[in-house]
Amino acid sequence: MATDTLAPPMALPGVRIKSELMQQRARAARWFLLPMLIALAVVAGWPLLRSIYFSFTDASLNNLYGAEWVGFNNYLRWTTLDSGKTVYRGLLVDPKWWGAVGNTLRFAAYSVTFEAIFGMIVALVLNAEFKGRGIVRAAILIPWAIPTIVSAKMWSWMLNDQFGILNDLGMKLGLLSQKVAWTANADTAMTAVLIVDIWKTTPFMALLILAGLQMIPKDIYEAAEIDGVHPVKQFFRITLPLVRPALMVAIIFRLLDALRIFDLIYVLTPNSDATKTMSVLARENLFDFDKFAYGSAMSTMLFLIIAVLTILYIWLGKVRFDGGDR
Amino acid sequence: MANIQLRNVRKAFGAVEVIKGIDLDIRSGEFMVFVGPSGCGKSTLLRLVAGLEDITSGELAFDGKVVNGLAPSKRGIAMVFQSYALYPHMTVFDNMAFGLTLEKGTDKDEIRKRVENAAELLQITPYLARLPKQLSGGQRQRVAIGRAIVRDPKVFLFDEPLSNLDAALRVATRIEIAKLHESMHNVTMIYVTHDQVEAMTLADRICVLRDGLVEQVGTPMELYETPDSLFVAGFIGSPKMNFIAGDKAKPFNAHTVGVRGEHLVIKPSDGTWSGTVIHTENLGADSYVYLEMGTEEPVVVRLDGVNNYKSGDTVHISPMDDKIHRFDAAGKPIR
Amino acid sequence: MVGTFDLWKVTKTTLFYLLVIFIVVESVFPFYYAILTSFKTGTDLFRVSYWPDSFSWGNYAAVLNTGSFPRNLLNSVFISATTVLLALFLAITASFALSRVRFRGRGLLLMTILAVSMFPQIAVLAGLFEVIRSLGIYNTPWALIFSYTIFTLPFTVWVLTTFMRDLPIEIEEAAIVDGASPWVIITRVFMPLMWPALVTTGLLAFIGAWNEFLFALTFTSSNDTRTVPVAIALLSGGSSHEIPWGAIMAASVIVTIPLVVLVLIFQRKIVSGLTAGGVKG
Repeated sequence: MATDTLAPPMALPGVRIKSELMQQRARAARWFLLPMLIALAVVAGWPLLRSIYFSFTDASLNNLYGAEWVGFNNYLRWTTLDSGKTVYRGLLVDPKWWGAVGNTLRFAAYSVTFEAIFGMIVALVLNAEFKGRGIVRAAILIPWAIPTIVSAKMWSWMLNDQFGILNDLGMKLGLLSQKVAWTANADTAMTAVLIVDIWKTTPFMALLILAGLQMIPKDIYEAAEIDGVHPVKQFFRITLPLVRPALMVAIIFRLLDALRIFDLIYVLTPNSDATKTMSVLARENLFDFDKFAYGSAMSTMLFLIIAVLTILYIWLGKVRFDGGDR
Repeated sequence: MANIQLRNVRKAFGAVEVIKGIDLDIRSGEFMVFVGPSGCGKSTLLRLVAGLEDITSGELAFDGKVVNGLAPSKRGIAMVFQSYALYPHMTVFDNMAFGLTLEKGTDKDEIRKRVENAAELLQITPYLARLPKQLSGGQRQRVAIGRAIVRDPKVFLFDEPLSNLDAALRVATRIEIAKLHESMHNVTMIYVTHDQVEAMTLADRICVLRDGLVEQVGTPMELYETPDSLFVAGFIGSPKMNFIAGDKAKPFNAHTVGVRGEHLVIKPSDGTWSGTVIHTENLGADSYVYLEMGTEEPVVVRLDGVNNYKSGDTVHISPMDDKIHRFDAAGKPIR
Repeated sequence: MVGTFDLWKVTKTTLFYLLVIFIVVESVFPFYYAILTSFKTGTDLFRVSYWPDSFSWGNYAAVLNTGSFPRNLLNSVFISATTVLLALFLAITASFALSRVRFRGRGLLLMTILAVSMFPQIAVLAGLFEVIRSLGIYNTPWALIFSYTIFTLPFTVWVLTTFMRDLPIEIEEAAIVDGASPWVIITRVFMPLMWPALVTTGLLAFIGAWNEFLFALTFTSSNDTRTVPVAIALLSGGSSHEIPWGAIMAASVIVTIPLVVLVLIFQRKIVSGLTAGGVKG
């Protein structure tokens, strides 16, 4: 590690006589970081490597250590039958896997889009000054504060086909002609999941966007008003461009989160092929079906997808993550 | 009581060299002011002396001993920051005692005595139990000074300590600092400011810096009366020295002639130069008349009391003898 | 002319407040309905009602007196608290290094830490399972404390680094001139100033640990060791077809009320903590 300076400006020095102070600080930094790094290596690094390793073996729950290397077999293997036909097996040609991938992508796309739009609306509302703003802010924190499992159960109850309040309300208002089995029916299962996720996560998006909105100086709007700019135009020409950084951060965070979703699907629509995401499918294989190696392959694939996206994101937003100017 | 020597000191941040080779001798017990425009490197230089930044090359010595490698707390320095930098969660007493409590082997009575003495000196004894946020700006500044005094330093460093105070408070605190210097006359003090009034009133000697280099070192009067360059001549003294170049300077055998506003006399007719009044300022005790004379900037003349000139009046001026500064094309004085 | 102008403004304001009311109602209603349901027992459950019309503590009694729910609550509290304390302890010193000391690779390290918090938990599930089994802590709270570190640690490091970065540099320099070592700076100068940040970060991490489901589901196998989310998810009634909705709602309310109260009390701090991690980035 090179020397550090206390005040801005920046970059790294050439050859220098290190003073006692800088040496002391560099040494302290090393010791300060060590425990955290070791913890992360043990808790995250090693298990990840092992999981990836398992995907290349034939491990099973009862025989973790006796696992033998099988290369890419879990991902793709083929055998040629006597008839000359080549049969492909493995994750990459597993329709269940691709179904899960599709579910995950669909879920991510819809949830992030709606959460961004609704989040923006709520953020705009919260950014306005009106009586009762405090109540609204407190109210929207409630969906966020409720544990995911509890939300899933609460909504499960509300979406219940026999006794659920949603069906009741829908029928009463004439929107539904008969009671819908929201979570059981393959057509509506994803919708149900989206409803709950949007309900739960919009507050988070709203808060992130609000923080971005609050950084826009108010006098810009006053100047626009004096210039006679229509409020809708103000939104698209002033607000949106200036809130874009915060919005992008919020969207990317949510996207990466949405791709790895497990809890909600598992509890709200268990065993539904229409909503099974990659995480759910992977766990099913790992533990329920005791296809440990196969499940490891799934989780590794998911990891790869998210890793690629994360690297892309960090590489694109590189300026932000240089650690600041201290 | 330490004299400080800088020998070819350079400081670079990455590829950018901010201090470009400074040689300077600061005498023991003197009040040295680093002054210069923004970006000249005066704060950086102070921080090099303090040890908060590494010196890239060159030597810094206290009393002949090279201190480049020493941590700030081992150099025998104390520092007063521009924003006071008081610990917000500690009382005034604890703020002042903090450094001493970190030193092994100082007993509590000794600490208390030193803090109380310093508080007495700065008249902040009634505030010892208060938190910084309960104090006004001026009081906080005194606490910051007190914290530095308690360390019994050999060198006292001030980093633009008056910038955050309002005008009236600035004058009052300036006097306090001057009195402090008198009562602690064996402590070397280095003071950084961009305000040349502070420099002129507080300094034993002034070091004018520009672009990481020393322009001139000397007593305030030396800088005022015999500036070594066009830059120093224009920097020291308020209002700024008038520079007259071109044809109007020819009679004096110089490329540029400099005359301070207070050294110009208005003649009823037949002066060395003449110009048209474009602006007047009356401040009560003195007044200023701005003349358009075809020079780069309007020429300003200082007058006692109130003046009655109006824009458009034609005025003739002559410089006082011996108060003319002549400069060659390179900006160097012709003596 | 004046009449039309006023009408437009009134319409706008009405619509705005309608939107506000809608937002508040849709946010709060599900929870309100859960509370409502939790007070219903027996056949009342099969009747849909929008307003409270029956009141019985039966579900709460069932949840708290039978089964292992109280034990699950304790488990959750213990595990979450311990995880957070551990993470804070490791994170405070690391954050100082990451925010106040400049060294080569600092940016890369910060990015890596952020990346770890992005790991899909399923990706480490297999490996963690192996480690936990080999350490012999399967089906104990320690399995969860151990595995939760994977997300509480990066999170606390990230948020604390952001907060520490904002502490004024001159106070640190004054402390250096006073002769303070980095450890002294952290403990006697920064920490007292960072109390609010520590509380906020701790609270957010606590909530995260409390809510965790995947690891809790996988690394515990008996009712006694389960945490609250798993307990609620697996709550089953007497017969295999009967879902004890009343009891489930009661358990949900018990678990959620303290969280909601905490969140409402620490509203401002939580919002700033979330956005510090997210926006300032």
